[in-house]
Amino acid sequence: MVEERIQLTKKDRLAVAWRSTFIQGSWNYERMQNGGFAFSMIPAIKKLYSSKEDRTAALQRHLEFFNTHPYIASPIIGVTLALEEERANGAPVDDVAIQGVKVGMMGPLAGIGDPVFWFTVRPMLGALGASLALSGNILGPIIFFVAWNLIRWGFMWYTQEFGYRAGSAITDDLSGGLLQDVTKGASILGMFVLASLVQRWVNISFVPVVSKVTLSEGAYVEWDKIPMNAQGLQQAFQEVSSGKALSNIKETTLQANLDQLIPGLAGLLLTLGCMWLLKKKVSPIVIILGLFVVGILGHLIGIL
Amino acid sequence: MSDLNLIQMILVVFVAFLAGMEGILDEFQFHQPLVACTLIGLVTGNLEVGIILGGSLQMIALGWANIGAAVAPDAALASVAAAIILVLGGQGKAGIPSAIAIAIPLAVAGLFLTMLVRTLAVPIVHMMDKAASEGNFRKIEVLQVAAIAMQGVRIAIPAAALLFIPAETVKNTLEMMPAWLTDGMAIGGGMVVAVGYALVINMMATKEVWPFFVLGFVIAAISEITLIGIGAIGVALALIYLNLSKMGGSSTGGGSSSGDPLGDILNDY
Repeated sequence: MVEERIQLTKKDRLAVAWRSTFIQGSWNYERMQNGGFAFSMIPAIKKLYSSKEDRTAALQRHLEFFNTHPYIASPIIGVTLALEEERANGAPVDDVAIQGVKVGMMGPLAGIGDPVFWFTVRPMLGALGASLALSGNILGPIIFFVAWNLIRWGFMWYTQEFGYRAGSAITDDLSGGLLQDVTKGASILGMFVLASLVQRWVNISFVPVVSKVTLSEGAYVEWDKIPMNAQGLQQAFQEVSSGKALSNIKETTLQANLDQLIPGLAGLLLTLGCMWLLKKKVSPIVIILGLFVVGILGHLIGIL
Repeated sequence: MSDLNLIQMILVVFVAFLAGMEGILDEFQFHQPLVACTLIGLVTGNLEVGIILGGSLQMIALGWANIGAAVAPDAALASVAAAIILVLGGQGKAGIPSAIAIAIPLAVAGLFLTMLVRTLAVPIVHMMDKAASEGNFRKIEVLQVAAIAMQGVRIAIPAAALLFIPAETVKNTLEMMPAWLTDGMAIGGGMVVAVGYALVINMMATKEVWPFFVLGFVIAAISEITLIGIGAIGVALALIYLNLSKMGGSSTGGGSSSGDPLGDILNDY
């Protein structure tokens, strides 16, 4: 008598993937994502096991400690689905094996999920959206929201499927170079884009005037000698475009001097300074509040 | 900008609820300033101002991410509360620096609220244990939903509380601030984004990738290329670099830098 193999259909797997969107919902200090993990597994457990003992055992298995990057949980869930399917069909897959795979994957993968998603993709999409939003363009938030969710859902579904198909063989693939490449590639991209953000979006403008030089005659437009008619205007424009200054006093500001070195230098130094402070374990909130104080004081003194 | 009508208030609380949920779920990103501030702006009829506030806060919050068990400053409460205050204050764009300044302490307050809810989730999970021992699927599902709702309420309640402060009061408080203070805060606001960037760079920086930082900075300084253009160049550079590293032959695994790929290529000749 051949028993029909219990199979998880695509519909089952989609249900699990959808539920894994809520995996962090009951995040708790004791066993972290465990509640969400069990919640996600329920459609599969219902399909694979029919006796109360089996279902109870499966639920308790998946209420064990679990914590990783929420999207990286998807391949782990996929592998778990494959293992549970094997077990439901009689293969000798014991609790230790399943928990072992979960625990073995969650650490290393989190080490990739965090830098790639939280420190590369989201800052970059966020910066892109924000730079559009800062001019009031609604495309900013829209692009951020749509692009992020497409990437996220695509990643979650396809890695869950990948995990499901690869089954336990996936743990061999993981130590391969691909994941390292992705992390490194993400850092390269991230550093490159962040640097441009530092140049463009950190705004420090120094007010003080460093020097005032009176220009010699002939180097500036003599406004009182120009008649206020069309011809006069034409003459004025010609003089300006031929290089004459607009007034007889040439002001050099501190900012102009800094910009001659490289525009955005002050912002860069500030960012490097913040990095150093953060490494010294100064809390980011303290630095932020400190910068507001610096802004106010600097403005009062007349520097900023 | 006057007081909000009832429907608007309900919608604001709803957006706050979504932001609260997302503060833990971290999936759809409803808690990120770009989304939350825009939505609050949308439902209160101040869309443009909401978008700009969202953009400004997003720059500051770029590096705020929950790693493992560590909780980052809370984008959800910061975004929602700052947006509500901005709307009630009625100053339009001029009110944005003040709103940002208020958002920062709120981010800390939200952090504590998150830690509180994560602790309250422990008894919920114990109830799940009990449901599991009975094989009760439904109960586990209900408990999960309850936990998520608790996180939503974490932001919905403060948002609702803020709504009940009369707009006049907020407006007058904000208008009492002298010009040097608001200007100073605007200047501070331009500098504060550096902290967010610094956070992210610290996480990412290795000796190997610093040259790309230099490249990015200089290219942005000397040209007017848009961010998408810069992103495209960055992707191209990363791919080229990875390919060259592999062609250099030696170890690709273990995070060791591949030394001098150009030298390897020259050596092959």
